[in-house]
Amino acid sequence: MSKTIINVCRLTKKFGNVNAVNDISFDVGQGATVGLLGGNGAGKTTTLGMLLGLLLPSSGAIKIFGEDMVNNRHRVLPWMNFSSPYVDLPHRLTVRENLTVYGHLYGLPKVQERVKALAHDFNLTSFLDRPAGKLSAGQKTRVALAKALINEPRLLLLDEPTASMDPDTADIIREYLENYRRNRNATIILASHNMAEVERLCDNLLILKSGEIIERGAPKELINHSGKDTLEEVFLDIVRSPTTSNKPNR
Amino acid sequence: MRRMISQSVIRIWAMALRHYYLIRGSWPRIVELIYWPTLQMALWGFITLFFQNHSSWVAQATGILISAVLLWDVMFRGQISLFLSFLEEIWSRNLGHLFVTPLRTGELILALLFVSLIRTFIGVGGAALLAILFFDVSVFDLGLPLASFFVNLIIMGWSLGLIVSALVLRFGQGAESLGWAAIFLVQPISGVYYPISVLPQWLQPLATLMPSTHIFDGMRTILIDGVFRIDLLINASALNVLFVSISIAIFYSILKHAKINGQLLQLGE
Repeated sequence: MSKTIINVCRLTKKFGNVNAVNDISFDVGQGATVGLLGGNGAGKTTTLGMLLGLLLPSSGAIKIFGEDMVNNRHRVLPWMNFSSPYVDLPHRLTVRENLTVYGHLYGLPKVQERVKALAHDFNLTSFLDRPAGKLSAGQKTRVALAKALINEPRLLLLDEPTASMDPDTADIIREYLENYRRNRNATIILASHNMAEVERLCDNLLILKSGEIIERGAPKELINHSGKDTLEEVFLDIVRSPTTSNKPNR
Repeated sequence: MRRMISQSVIRIWAMALRHYYLIRGSWPRIVELIYWPTLQMALWGFITLFFQNHSSWVAQATGILISAVLLWDVMFRGQISLFLSFLEEIWSRNLGHLFVTPLRTGELILALLFVSLIRTFIGVGGAALLAILFFDVSVFDLGLPLASFFVNLIIMGWSLGLIVSALVLRFGQGAESLGWAAIFLVQPISGVYYPISVLPQWLQPLATLMPSTHIFDGMRTILIDGVFRIDLLINASALNVLFVSISIAIFYSILKHAKINGQLLQLGE
């Protein structure tokens, strides 16, 4: 049994009368890649926000690396990072400047060496001195991923990591993430709508609907269990079915 | 403990570096640093020259207006620089990234203060030197008390800057205009260009609650009577402790509110 990196217990987030996340529990072991799936408004982003400490839960507990995320998040933040195409980096700063600032924020000893290595890995060299605001959507996503890996995190939270990328680049990035996880024994939480990506990268999936986990398991297990041919069919079947409230987690 | 402090200093430095990169790459921001202080200094310098020839009172108090303008600008720059640096994070939707780094809220505030201090030094320092060159008026004639005036005024500016930044965090970018205007609400009751005895009776108690009122009183006492009144400095400092405590409490409280309501979470879906 691998070491538990994330322990979520009866987590709930309410906005007024709306339950954005409703009483969810799950554990993620070291070295695992877990996918968060769900339609818009299912609670993926809210869950990620609470895991990152950007959002305070209404009730329940989150422990990451054994630390309570509400009270002791600063003890574990140096080992975590995240990437999202929906959160920008300062537009007027160049890619190099952005990565340098974040390198210092994580207290890296040799920031420029790390920037150079990431520029090579994510093919950023040709636009390293271009303002972040002048990049294409695909380039921005690559820069966001480079930022997410600047501190070589042991826990990586990724929201749509290959959004806006062409198939070739997306494939290279997926391979990079697979290698990164294997070589560092890193843990990855991945929110994505790309079923092929999820199937390739994730060991386990949590499928959310109306703030609740309504299915969980390995991708193949979910496909076999549902009698469908593909993960996409499983996903569509689940999100289109009538909402089942308080369905017990399997 | 030493390691923690050193890491903290590095993070504050990183945030200062972020704003240095921003200013270095944007000539309008460089010009803006010195534009307003210089413009204000020139405007009030010419007004002073006019009064010198037309009013015996002002003629005796040469330099009061320019000194007042420069000191007012310390407070104004302090507030606006802090507010602008915070707005840059809002405009670039960068807060979500910053708050998942090891950067603590206190360190973010210290970084904003540090950047504001540098910007104020450049802006007001440049204008003060030009005042010597153009009008033969040196704010440095205030002597050592100038340092205590500077510290008190910039601290009051920071307090206001933190409060308006918190309001933008709470109410969104719609509250931006409040941030620009807030300091001008304080100006008339700070006695910048006149003693607060000219204010209506009912407004004077409110004016005495402003740290800045005691500083500008102190400035006039030095320039007109040649006397440094320590009691005014003590009043200003005591009020500033109160102002800073309230502003930090408001900032932390609104940040917590933002974490409850998901305002830091602009990830979208």
